Amino acid sequence: MSDFRAMFSGFPDFNISEGFFPNINLQEKLNWAEEFIQNILIPRLPEGVAAHFPVELGTMLVMFACAGIFVAVVPLLPLVLVLAERKVAARFQNRTGPMRVGPWGTLQTLADGIKLIFKEDFIPPQGDKLLFLLAPYVIFACSFAVFAAIPFSQNILVSDFNIGIFYIMAISSVIVMGVIMAGWSSNSKWSLLGSLRSAAQIVSYEIPLGLSILTVVMLVESLSMTEIVASQSNGVFSWLIFRTPFTFIAFFIFFISAIAEVNRTPFDLPEAESEIVAGFHTEYSGMRFALFFIAEYANMFAVSAIAVTLFLGGWEGALPGFDILGGMPGFVIKTLGLVFLMMWLRWTLPRLRVDQLMNLCWKYFIPIAFFNILGTGIWGLIFPEDTLVSIIISCAIIYSGLIAAYAIAGRVMAQKPAPQPSSI
Amino acid sequence: MEFTLKTFIFYGFALMTVASALLVVTVRNIVHAAFSLMVTLFGVAGLYVFLQADFLAATQVIVYVGGILVLILFGVMMTSGRLEMRIHIERGQLLLGGAVALALFMLLLTVIANTPAWKNRIDDGTALPPTTEKIGELILNGPFLLPFEVVSVLLLVALIGAALISRKEVRD
Repeated sequence: MSDFRAMFSGFPDFNISEGFFPNINLQEKLNWAEEFIQNILIPRLPEGVAAHFPVELGTMLVMFACAGIFVAVVPLLPLVLVLAERKVAARFQNRTGPMRVGPWGTLQTLADGIKLIFKEDFIPPQGDKLLFLLAPYVIFACSFAVFAAIPFSQNILVSDFNIGIFYIMAISSVIVMGVIMAGWSSNSKWSLLGSLRSAAQIVSYEIPLGLSILTVVMLVESLSMTEIVASQSNGVFSWLIFRTPFTFIAFFIFFISAIAEVNRTPFDLPEAESEIVAGFHTEYSGMRFALFFIAEYANMFAVSAIAVTLFLGGWEGALPGFDILGGMPGFVIKTLGLVFLMMWLRWTLPRLRVDQLMNLCWKYFIPIAFFNILGTGIWGLIFPEDTLVSIIISCAIIYSGLIAAYAIAGRVMAQKPAPQPSSI
Repeated sequence: MEFTLKTFIFYGFALMTVASALLVVTVRNIVHAAFSLMVTLFGVAGLYVFLQADFLAATQVIVYVGGILVLILFGVMMTSGRLEMRIHIERGQLLLGGAVALALFMLLLTVIANTPAWKNRIDDGTALPPTTEKIGELILNGPFLLPFEVVSVLLLVALIGAALISRKEVRD
């Protein structure tokens, strides 16, 4: 056995009680699980069992149990959000929405979920069976892995990654692989068209998204989500959205790109009902369709939570010293506010055309995002520290900019619109 | 050798990487090959985490899985027929490919064996400091500034070239 060990002497020594994932702060959680077993569980066991108790295995099982709880709790979010979406839509259209199941229709989603579980799990006979079965899991797993890096409050976070926001970008960029998988394996024109549209859209909008995240990272000088939140701890005017005029623009670019990333109206070309049935998940039914659906709403919540963490103070409160909009409740309220904004946009705006979608990204968002990065760099040179002066100047610029934008928008809207070229 | 949780996960990742890499070269359906390449790249990212290179791991996923692999699949789907994407492998190709792979493997083994930093590394359990800051310092404030700028100019040229080729006026 010692020879075997010598062979691998160059590799890191794998011992759980020492460093596990080095830069990723999973170790504390692991230690917590191990301590729980060592100090609480083992003394209560009979001696014969305790002597041979596999601590390693036990630790891993505790980890899996925690992950299981997590994966079981997060789908409750979509359960609420789907109902909220239907109720919001109903309000916007002067209807009542679902009213039959439970008081005010509050159990409607539960009923729908049970219905979906009992539906036939149809697999297209001409399609690629293996990839068809795998695709929902890829999307589902990636959507949920994002939650691992989001700090819900000071203590409620799965892991404080050193590369937090970068990890989130990396994991969420894998979702597009699942979309292509689903679209290709279904062997259906609608699915393939939807998945190609989705891939083009997600890959394009990832660029302005990443660039607007970069403005935040430049100011905070860290990729860690907890440090980004910690830098916004002095009330509403220390939130990164108000810190410089450029982050104010970056927030809107981030949020609009995020809506495009999660394929929601006005950017829902990948699932445009009037053109390609339901896009990449046309052929899915039953619980597999439900997985896509849950992932979509989980994504919606996740991007809103990231926007809140990056720009709106995360779990920090709105007033220094007071716990207004702070902590976990404040974080969830802010996030749900952005989710509501997404629903509002969905039921207000019509869908974009493909050329408009690409123009918006490549001709407007990306140049503006680059300008933002340049501006943030110059701002950082002028004001190396955040002072009262810098924040007052920043807010004054934002305020006058908003007024100017309002005036210009009013003048532009008063003009007659030029006839649109019908290129597509 | 102590078989701990960490060993278990490490060998899990190693097995995942090697098995899916074998699938990439043996499977006949080109789309299946592309998707198993995704698993390989993920496995390599996992191994980077074990080497305490967190930034590199995330970069690996974002660049290769989120970017390059998507482009490969795009190319495959847009150019060939639907489900009949099969690859022919002839014996000559197999031999040549095997020889190249073997040579590369030997070369890598020699490099691994002769890298003193790896040989002498004793893992006493202390985590190395995060790599992001160090990478940033080296690229933007250190010896790799010039190569970094050269690469970015090269990428810019490639970008402009791609835009030029795909423009309608030029193609017509």
